[in-house]
Amino acid sequence: MRKFKEFIIEKLILICGSASIFFVALIFVFLLKEGLSLFKTVRLGAFLFGKSWYPISEPAELGILPLILGSLLVTAGAAVISVPIGVGCAVYIAEIAPGKVKEVLKGGIELLAAIPSVVLGFIGMVTLVPWVKNIFHLPTGLTALSGSIMLAFMAMPTIVSIAEDALYSVPRSYKEGAFALGATHWQTIWRVLLPAASSGILAAVMLGIGRVIGETMAVMMITGNSAVIPHTILAPVRTLTATVAAEMGEAVVGSEHYFALFAVGIVLFVISFAINVTADLFLHRERR
Amino acid sequence: MDKIIVRGLNLWYGDFPALINVNADFKEKKITAIIGPSGCGKSTMLRVFNRMNDLIEGVRVTGEVDIDGTNAVSPEADLIYLRRKVGMVFQRPNPFPLSIYENIAFGLKIHGIERNADALAGVIEESLRRVLLWDDLKDKLKRSALRLSLEQKQRLCIARLLAVKSDVLLMDEPCSTLDPQATERIEELMRELKNNYTIVVVTHNMQQAARVSDETGFMLLGEMVEFAATREIFTAPKDKRTEDYITGRYG
Ligand SMILES: Nc1ncnc2c1ncn2[C@@H]1O[C@H](COP(=O)(O)OP(=O)(O)OP(=O)(O)O)[C@@H](O)[C@H]1O
Ligand SMILES: [Mg+2]
Repeated sequence: MRKFKEFIIEKLILICGSASIFFVALIFVFLLKEGLSLFKTVRLGAFLFGKSWYPISEPAELGILPLILGSLLVTAGAAVISVPIGVGCAVYIAEIAPGKVKEVLKGGIELLAAIPSVVLGFIGMVTLVPWVKNIFHLPTGLTALSGSIMLAFMAMPTIVSIAEDALYSVPRSYKEGAFALGATHWQTIWRVLLPAASSGILAAVMLGIGRVIGETMAVMMITGNSAVIPHTILAPVRTLTATVAAEMGEAVVGSEHYFALFAVGIVLFVISFAINVTADLFLHRERR
Repeated sequence: MDKIIVRGLNLWYGDFPALINVNADFKEKKITAIIGPSGCGKSTMLRVFNRMNDLIEGVRVTGEVDIDGTNAVSPEADLIYLRRKVGMVFQRPNPFPLSIYENIAFGLKIHGIERNADALAGVIEESLRRVLLWDDLKDKLKRSALRLSLEQKQRLCIARLLAVKSDVLLMDEPCSTLDPQATERIEELMRELKNNYTIVVVTHNMQQAARVSDETGFMLLGEMVEFAATREIFTAPKDKRTEDYITGRYG
């Protein structure tokens, strides 16, 4: 009887496991099938490097270069802001903060991670956007910079918690060795702990960026949604994700526009996948 | 000449007394061994000399440890200077996860000793030569130190101290992870180094103490029971407890 129970449970778990793989495969196949259909009529080069995105004009222009650049710009901006702050925060939590402060900070970071992105987007819209507009004397505060700042908040929890783990897992003996040679706390952090944790910290950065590049809601609300190649970070942009979210509802099923949005999905998928694989490589290198 | 003079030293971990009224004189350019059963306070004693106990919370120290005329346990002691002068070799070799070169350059850089690249390379070569690693490693200085053998790692950790011109070397069971041949070679190195350095070595291995040391201190439950020339401790111990230990009665 017990054996039978074990058997059933084992099979159930197996089914759950295979189901998740099956669904992933299904999504992937669907995405590929719809997305690749675009390339019956549009060349890959024209799609990836085309400079204009006018999906509903006649004939439609389906170049996603402005969208790719928009995504990259917002993401790069977010990385520039969140990486130093996030890693600094992780160092502070792991090495410097006294017990109580550490708990409060970690709680705060978890809370930040729990804020739904639409709420962050909304807060950004009513606070950040007017600031950016006034500080830089712009016609509109809906810019790539606003998006970057907002996304930095979203990347931060991931970066802080993973970088902090990486710092914690540095063997204590390294620290003792550095102190025993007369190093100050800061010298120990800078010259020993950070290099020792570098692969984990890189993984943290990659995963933080991965989170940012797939983010949709907040960027749609505050980056201005203009599909033009941006020349500065103070220009409005439109990202890959925002494009899909905004246009999927109105695209006619089976139209070129519709297929193009799926193809955008594939591009996003490839970028995210590459980032995650890189992060994974760093994490594994650390374990070895 | 006495290099380290310990007077009335007490240390508590919270309420637990780990060192009780210890008095001892460590002679300059000699090897002093500290022996005793597990948990008697040998490591604690070493860690007083370079103040590594400061990293542990709830440690309280009274008494005096005079090193070159300054009291190392006073709150005003300059820890950075002290730790540079009094280097420590750990039980598990702990090179930094950096290149061999960077491992030795580390101490020179943090103390601002050498910034000139040629001079730096010179000091690094000399340090590696003194621990007999140079010939094996001179073409591999950019390699990660983590890829060295345990014995090489331990030698590198010693070289790290020589580079910053430490003059006291504290060694806490430096050979306990090494095989007998490697142990013998490290002991050889210790004998060689004693021409220039004052060495204090903690060991579980009584043969090792007998082989390398000039003087030996026997500790038990936080007390320094007997401290004398090694030959005396091993042939004519004055205290009954010392005799019991060296004849193997504590195990
Ligand atoms: N961080 C600490 N907190 C509390 N008690 C400690 C701490 N470190 C050591 N002790 C206690 O102090 C005593 C002496 O420890 P110490 O490590 O100096 O012994 P030891 O002689 O080096 O032993 P071993 O031969 O096992 O290395 C032990 O009873 C130990 O339990
Ligand atoms: Mg010990």
